[in-house]
Amino acid sequence: MSDLNTAMIEKYRSNFLKEVEANVEEGEWVKMCMQCGVCSGSCPLGKHWDHPPQEIFMMIRANKRDEVLGTDSMWMCTSCYNCIARCPRGLPITHIMHGLAVYSKRLGLTQKKQPTAEFSQIFWDNLMKKGRVNELKLGLSMYFKDGFGQGVKNAMANQKLGQNMMKAKRMNPMEFFGGHSVKDLSGFQSMVKKAQEIEEGNLKEAK
Amino acid sequence: MTEVIATNETILVVGGGISGMTAALEAAETGKQVVLVEKRPYVGGRVTQLFKYFPKLCFPTCGLEINQRRAKMNPNLNIITMAEVTDIKGEAGNYTATVKISPRYINENCTACGDCAKAVETEFDDEFNYNIGKRKGAYLPHRMAHPQRYVLDPAIIGTDDAQKAKEACKVNAVDLDMQEETIEFKAGAVIWATGWKPYDANKIQPYGYDRIANVITSVEFERMADPNGPTGGKLQRPSDGKEVKSVAFIQCAGSRDKNHLLHCSRICCMASLKQATYPADDVDISIYYIDIRAIDRFEDFYQTVKAKENVKFIKSKVASIVENKENGNPTLHGVDTEGYKRYADEHDLVVLAVGMEPSVDKESFPVEIVINEEGFIEPAPENGGVFAAGCSSDALDVNRAVQHATGAALRAIQVVNRVAATEG
Repeated sequence: MSDLNTAMIEKYRSNFLKEVEANVEEGEWVKMCMQCGVCSGSCPLGKHWDHPPQEIFMMIRANKRDEVLGTDSMWMCTSCYNCIARCPRGLPITHIMHGLAVYSKRLGLTQKKQPTAEFSQIFWDNLMKKGRVNELKLGLSMYFKDGFGQGVKNAMANQKLGQNMMKAKRMNPMEFFGGHSVKDLSGFQSMVKKAQEIEEGNLKEAK
Repeated sequence: MTEVIATNETILVVGGGISGMTAALEAAETGKQVVLVEKRPYVGGRVTQLFKYFPKLCFPTCGLEINQRRAKMNPNLNIITMAEVTDIKGEAGNYTATVKISPRYINENCTACGDCAKAVETEFDDEFNYNIGKRKGAYLPHRMAHPQRYVLDPAIIGTDDAQKAKEACKVNAVDLDMQEETIEFKAGAVIWATGWKPYDANKIQPYGYDRIANVITSVEFERMADPNGPTGGKLQRPSDGKEVKSVAFIQCAGSRDKNHLLHCSRICCMASLKQATYPADDVDISIYYIDIRAIDRFEDFYQTVKAKENVKFIKSKVASIVENKENGNPTLHGVDTEGYKRYADEHDLVVLAVGMEPSVDKESFPVEIVINEEGFIEPAPENGGVFAAGCSSDALDVNRAVQHATGAALRAIQVVNRVAATEG
C-alpha cells in the first residue's frame, strides 16, 4: 500500500464514487450507467472478467473500493470498443476501464503478475529509453520476464517466427545494440517528465 | 373530381388514425365543419392492426365500430382517403391546404362483394399484416375497413388483371380511368395527427432481425395472434411453421438508446405484458427488460402477468442474438443484472418490442412547425393554428392519444370560433 493510497482512503473515506469521478479518466460517467448489461454481454473476453463493466460500475456506486481497485477485470479490456458502440447511454466504457487500471496502478493496488499490467510496464520502459519502441528488445523483455530458463524456452518456441520477421525486414537484429531514437531525445524525456509532474500535481491537489 | 366545400371556419385533420378520428369527431359533433385526410384507403390507422388492447384485453374493433358509426352519421365530417397533404400555406384562421388524392379505381358503387378479388390473380405482400402473408391485387384492406370499399393495387392497372376485375364487377364500381388529382381548399385550423411507425428493427444490428427468420417484431406478433390475421391466430415460427413453445420478448428494442431512439416509447412494456397473455399456459415466456415501466393502474396488470407460472422476467438488455443453424432457434446472449450471470438462452421465437417513432420525418413536414429532438411536434406558439394530436406529439398509448386528441380538437375549435367572431 502506497502513501497515496492511504491519503485517498482518508480523503474520500466513504464515497468511492466521488473518488472515481475526481481521479479516474472519464470517471464522471459512472453514475450514468443504467445497468442494462449490454456492455458485459457484448464483451468478447467477457467470460474472463471476474466482474463485467456493468458490475464494476455498480460496485463503485456501492462503495466497494478494495474489490474494484484490487480486481484485475479492467486489465482484461482489449479496447475493441464493442461496449462503447452499443452502450445506449453513450458511456466511454473502454476509457473508464483504462482509467481504473491506471488509477489502481498508481495507488499500488494492481495485482502482482497481472500479464497486461506487466506488459504495459515493459512497453512503457522500452518506449522511454529512446522515444521509440524497440520491438526486438520489447520481444526479448517479454520472453525473459519470468526468468532466464523460461526466456530461452520462449525464444526457442518462437524461433521460426523471429527468423521470418527478420527475413521480411520486419525486425532488425542490429536494434539489439542501442536501437533507433527520436531526433531530440532529451527534449522528449523532459516533455514526459513535465507531463508526469502535472499529473502528480493533480493527484496531490486531490489529496 | 373530388369536391371539398371548406371555409376559414373549417378544421382540417391530417391523419385518420385513432387520434385523428377522435379529434375530427369531437370537433364535428360540436357542429364544426371538418375535413379528414387519410393516407391509407381506410380510417382507424394502426389501431385496426391490433388484436387486443391493454390492460383490459378487450378488442379494438369494438371502439373502432363506435367511431366509424359516429363518422357515418355525422354530416359535418368529410373523410378523404388515399390522400396526402402536400402543402399548407397561410396562418391561423386562414390556411390553404393542397391535397394529393391517389386513384382507388373503385367508385362509390362498390358493395364490397369481393367478386373482383376472386377474379384477380396477382398477389402482393399484405401491408395490413406487416407483410406476413399475401393479399390480392384487388382487395379490401381489412374486414372492418371504412369506407367499406375495395381497392385496386396501382401495379395491376394496365394488365389483364385490371380487365378481369372490371368484368367481374356486377355493379359497375371498377373505374380504370381514375386519375391522381390535386385539390386545394381553405381551413381555419389544422390538427396534425399523422401518428407513429414501428422503429425499423433492421437498424438494431446485433439482434439480427434482417438475418434470423425467428426474430420478429411486436407488431408482427400482434398480427400473428389475431384469429383474423395471416396465421389464423396460430403462433408459429416463420422459419418452419413449427408451433411455438418458448417465446422471448426483448424490451427497449430501439428505445432509450442513443444509437436509436432517444426516448422511452412508453407502450412497449405494456404491449409485451399483454402479448405474454396470448400464448397458451404451456408456452414458456421470458421477458428481457431494463426496467418495467407499467405506470399507475397498469401496475396491477404487471403483477397479474408476473404471477403467471409460465412467465419469467430477466433483468437484462440482451447484447446479441445468434441463430442456432441446426434448429433455427435464436440464441440470446447477455449478462443478467441480478447476479451478473452470463447467459446463452435458446428460444423458439424472439419478439423485439420495437419503439415508436413519428411517421413523418423531420424534413418532410409540409407546414412550418416546431419539432423536438425526438422528431415529435412541440406545443409551440410558433405553430399558429396547427395543433398536434396523439402520437405525432409524443409516444402515447391509445388511451392517452385519445385524450390528447380531444384537447387538440378544443384548440382548433377556439381558432375557428375566433374566425367566426371576426367574420360575423
